[in-house]
Amino acid sequence: MTAAAPTAPARPGLGSEIGRAAKAFPTLLRIGVSEVVAYRAEFLVWILTTNMPLVMLAIWHAVAADGPVGRFDQRAFTAYYLGVLAVRLLTSNWAVWQLSMEIRDGTLSAKLLRPIHPILALAAEHLSAVPMRAAVISPVVAIMLYSGWDRLLRHDPVLLLILLASLVGAWLLIFFSMVLMGSLAFFAESALGIFELWLGVHAIFSGYLVPLEALPHWVRGAANVLPFRFMLGFPVETLVGLLGRHDAVMALGVQWGYVALFGLAALWVWRVGLRTFSAYGG
Amino acid sequence: MSVDVALTPRPAGPVALLRRYTGLFRVQLAISTLTAMQYRTDFVVRGLIAILWMAVTLVPLLVVFGVRKTVAGWSFPESLVVVGWFTLLHAVLEGAVSPSLTAVVEHVRHGTLDFFLLKPADAQFLVSTAKIEPWHVVDVFGALAIFCYAFAKLGRWPRPLELGAGLAFLALAVVILYSFWILVVSASFWVVKVDNLSYLFGSLFDAARWPITVFRGALRIIFTFVFPIALLTTYPAMALLGKLDGKTAVAALAGGLIFAAIARRVWRRALALYTSASS
Repeated sequence: MTAAAPTAPARPGLGSEIGRAAKAFPTLLRIGVSEVVAYRAEFLVWILTTNMPLVMLAIWHAVAADGPVGRFDQRAFTAYYLGVLAVRLLTSNWAVWQLSMEIRDGTLSAKLLRPIHPILALAAEHLSAVPMRAAVISPVVAIMLYSGWDRLLRHDPVLLLILLASLVGAWLLIFFSMVLMGSLAFFAESALGIFELWLGVHAIFSGYLVPLEALPHWVRGAANVLPFRFMLGFPVETLVGLLGRHDAVMALGVQWGYVALFGLAALWVWRVGLRTFSAYGG
Repeated sequence: MSVDVALTPRPAGPVALLRRYTGLFRVQLAISTLTAMQYRTDFVVRGLIAILWMAVTLVPLLVVFGVRKTVAGWSFPESLVVVGWFTLLHAVLEGAVSPSLTAVVEHVRHGTLDFFLLKPADAQFLVSTAKIEPWHVVDVFGALAIFCYAFAKLGRWPRPLELGAGLAFLALAVVILYSFWILVVSASFWVVKVDNLSYLFGSLFDAARWPITVFRGALRIIFTFVFPIALLTTYPAMALLGKLDGKTAVAALAGGLIFAAIARRVWRRALALYTSASS
């Protein structure tokens, strides 16, 4: 990676840039993994902050103790919220905090000097946390498999493929939305504030707090159109067998549409923002 | 730290001391407000966020009570009283407690805590009041609105004695929250990077919007004894609803005060460990 720096041409073509990025990617991933391992205590604390699904699970258990709620009995709630926990932990990242901080304190300028697109480097960094995240959620997945085996994915291999595609889609969608909002720090002092508003809406419309099925009809209608469900609720619903093949394929199409949309929007805001960027420091 | 003690002009008595610290508190509050008003967009956005999160807090409650009349022995208006306490404490936590103490962690890391220690006032007081976020007043009004709605729906307003007990519990809850925070911050003297401990703290506190009786097993024990959200919101709500017996109330109050005393001691120990980062 460092070896490439002195020979880097001033204005590389798109092809060579992608080629170089592809070459650097494995190294970046390795660095990322060792970074996660080095800060493992911190990483675990971060993981523990995602405890809301467990609290909600406890509450719905108390509610469903005297009979099921809609399609959900106690076991369905267990599967759903463990699914939410697993998908959330697997796909989330902290790019928005990182980006807005680096833009504000000027440390971004060092990253701009590297011969690789900063967003690609950022993606590598967060992607390399995924194996560790997978390891951490494995007990959750094990409990889920044990407690809800008979309904997971409706035992349909096609739904398994859709689930995998939807997890990749969810990761990308979350990543791009975070880059988009982090890049707002180029223009607005309150990029993190806007992100917090976004999080609040996300909590309702993604199915994070309450399964979308339990919400009023119009909320569900809105959730099918808004991007939030495709970051969390859709993979979870597929996983716990709430969606049939047809609905899942349709949702997958919408999800990847959103991935493309957010990807383009994020890169555009980034480019426009970068022009206004001036770093501070020696 | 020894410098701090040596230079402190000792005021005459407790009254003078109290007056001095009230004055100091007013100055700190004024500075914080001015700082916050500088960033006007942020100020408005933060206000909006406060309102939005209040709404988000209410959604699961509305959904749950849309399905059932009572959950774990609590009716909808009774649970709203718990949510009211939660909103109020959330305002205190996010508005007054955590911003200052998050700043302390930064100061410890950068070594700028020296400037606090050198000032002729109690360091814990100074760092605890250094940063206040005034837009959380919105939350306080929200909490009052929730209380009014809940008691109107119950058709029964708290009697003076119950109100007194409720206020005593409010004071206790603030002391407990603050003590927890002081413990978290004290941890930063040993392990410097604790800013995500503050996130963990916040996320655990979120569970306090539910009455403790909805939790079973391990969660019930954790939320009663380890991280006592029962003491923070459920007992105060029961006090207002006239459901709390005197013995439990006194025991809870005593427990909270002991906890605060321990936190203060830990802070002093931790401070003794502090070595500046600069030369």
